[in-house]
Amino acid sequence: MRHFLNGAEAIARGAIHAGCDFFAGYPITPATPILLHMTRELPRVGGIAIQTEDEIAAMGFCIGAALTGARAMTATSGPGISLYSEQIGAAIMGEVPLVIVDCQRLGPATGGATAVGQGDIQFLRWGTSGGYPVIVLAPSSVPECYTLTLRAFDLAERFRVPVFLATDKEMVLTNTTVEASAFERLSVRERKTAPADGGFVPYLLEKPDEVPPMSPFGGPHLLRFTASAHDAHGYLTKDPRAIAPIHEHLEAKIRAHVDEIALFRADIQSGAETLIVSYGITARAADEAVARARASGLRVSAMTVYSLWPVPEKALRAALRGVKRVVVPELNLGQYRREVERLAAEGQEVIGVHRVDGRLLSPDDILEQGGLR
Amino acid sequence: MSENRPITYLDESRLPYPFCPGCGHGLILNHLNAALKRLGLDPRRIVIVTDIGCQGLSDKFFATNALHGLHGRSVTYASGIKLVNPDLKVIVLIGDGGCGIGGHHLLNAARRNMGMTVLVFNNLNYGMTGGEHSVTTPTGAITATTPYGNLERPLDLCTTVAANGATFVARTTAFDKSLPDLIAEAIQNEGFSLLDIWELCTAHYVPNNRFSRKALEETLARLNFPTGVLHRQARPEYSRAYRQATAARRGEPITPLQPLNAEHRSALRETRRIVIAGAAGKRIGTAATAFARGAVLSGLWATQRNDYPVTVRSGYSISEVILSPQEIRHTGITKPDLVLALFPEGLARIRPVIEALEEDDTLYVNADLLPLKTRAHVIALDFKATGQKKEFWAVVGVAAMLRHSALYPLEAFRQALSLRKAFAEANLAAAASAENLPLFDHADAHSSHQ
Repeated sequence: MRHFLNGAEAIARGAIHAGCDFFAGYPITPATPILLHMTRELPRVGGIAIQTEDEIAAMGFCIGAALTGARAMTATSGPGISLYSEQIGAAIMGEVPLVIVDCQRLGPATGGATAVGQGDIQFLRWGTSGGYPVIVLAPSSVPECYTLTLRAFDLAERFRVPVFLATDKEMVLTNTTVEASAFERLSVRERKTAPADGGFVPYLLEKPDEVPPMSPFGGPHLLRFTASAHDAHGYLTKDPRAIAPIHEHLEAKIRAHVDEIALFRADIQSGAETLIVSYGITARAADEAVARARASGLRVSAMTVYSLWPVPEKALRAALRGVKRVVVPELNLGQYRREVERLAAEGQEVIGVHRVDGRLLSPDDILEQGGLR
Repeated sequence: MSENRPITYLDESRLPYPFCPGCGHGLILNHLNAALKRLGLDPRRIVIVTDIGCQGLSDKFFATNALHGLHGRSVTYASGIKLVNPDLKVIVLIGDGGCGIGGHHLLNAARRNMGMTVLVFNNLNYGMTGGEHSVTTPTGAITATTPYGNLERPLDLCTTVAANGATFVARTTAFDKSLPDLIAEAIQNEGFSLLDIWELCTAHYVPNNRFSRKALEETLARLNFPTGVLHRQARPEYSRAYRQATAARRGEPITPLQPLNAEHRSALRETRRIVIAGAAGKRIGTAATAFARGAVLSGLWATQRNDYPVTVRSGYSISEVILSPQEIRHTGITKPDLVLALFPEGLARIRPVIEALEEDDTLYVNADLLPLKTRAHVIALDFKATGQKKEFWAVVGVAAMLRHSALYPLEAFRQALSLRKAFAEANLAAAASAENLPLFDHADAHSSHQ
């Protein structure tokens, strides 16, 4: 059995299957279909979906909801992520599990509302003060929109951190044919909560790289949340001895688990001199380019990265081994190429193939500019 | 009333308050404690949300739930908390600074009548950052950022939220002995309550303006800002209203995904790329979706990418459809094999595409748009002869294209059209009208290129 749908619908359906019961958002092209789907469907599963007065409020509502026990999600585009920025920082600081969908459009600023772009890739990682890590997943097909939304909710619970789904106008709005069996229904773990009959210290770290259990507002314990530097009890403090372990933990909980988070597809051909590294919508053109290059007798390897942040360095290094050149096609001027460049060995040529005119990169663009023709 | 009614809601181990001598904040917190004691609520059912500024230091003195967030955003967290758990009492402590930067949230929480009690610690300036002017600073006042006197008019918080949906609004001063009663009444209100509490900032506003309790009261009178309960109204609280409005939907199954089984067969052996160029409001996307779904019903893989400007019912509307016996990787079209050109808006947008078409490509075109410069095989379509309205020409055009090109059986397109109940009958009639439409080979188009 097949279906015909777009990424927006796949994301919304994935969210509902993941147990999402709270959605707040503000209309913006091309993310609006997710808001519409959630406002229509969430009440059916007992959830709440609301259009807020702006994007700052959408994130604030989600933070409040998540701390009250909800599985919360929001969806926007680049200009909305700009407005989310301060609240993303608050969610990182207070360790709030959240899923944020970025349907990228052509930037900068208001850019092209109905045109595709991949210009937020570094912004998502570094888009709030402090520089602490988040997780960013990038689907490159409609079924992956569904599956990675489930994965995003699972990782948000696992690491108590905002998890982004970095997608784009073409992925969310282009209808494609999907084999029903392609929707992989991953399980999403339950929130780790403090037992009702024990004590509860909201930020007590048993191990620096593991997150403490939560307890919701209105639950059996008193909860203290703060976006300010705090001690284990959630009290604002300037005591360096209390602050240091908590701040180091925000980094360590992600860094120590890069391999657990890493998601990629490596299609390695022995003897290949060229490796194409791609993600998101551009991976579709890259796949086509690889198929055509191989059909013409060329040997070429490909790596599709699904977990953009943290960078799956081990897998990328393994894929880079032995190739002479790496081609990184992106709908920006070389944002993820920076990550590939720092992993490339001396003498390995890294070629960026770019388009920032609102059109998709074509397989021909990749073949020609990547020296595969 | 709770069975474990506390004797105090303050965490006395954390006292004393860290505020300046003579500051009103401590008075307000004591009054809040008195109000909570009177209400006797379970501390686990109370969430105190603080904003940024000196009042942002106060949640730590309460043995309740607490959230200390970003500047001006306290009301947004409070809204999320209340929406998820309407049984909680959410109390927002915010300064006049927070009411400025977060004014939008305040206004919208009032409009929604979102259940929360907002206590404004209004000391007429930004105390923590050095005494800069705020939205409530009286005209003429000297502050760090108005050294020559404030030129702005102070915001009347109470009138603003009362006029926009708040259900309990009062103004008073931190010296008011009846403040615990007012706070208790505000908390008991199910909806959005705001108390504008005027007080002295002894670090900045007092020395900068030779201000005093007496001057504060005179300022209120001069501004014609009355005190006491100013507004009470009965309106449904939002988080409960939402549940009521959606109660009938709860438990309904989510809308299922439409299954598309391959009930028809297509003889197509290679990938075909089709561009449908029309105008906004002419149901181009709808026809293209049915066209693509018909292909899926014929066992093909299909994609449909839409291109349109930011305008809604004006300008071009273009759908790119790819059909293939194999799964489709790249969903963009650089050069199509078939083009259906319906309206001038779309035609203007794809003119370079039409010029790039080759001899074995086909252009199906509204006869009124001819002549055109192209090498493609041109089939002219006389849509007017069908008697169909322009909104159905895309369906007519697709049906004509299917008749001529044999991409997949017309019957599959008809089935796809009936999947969308809204216009099924009219769409099927439009498709039927294409059956007798002459498919002219338009030789003029070729000659016009030569």
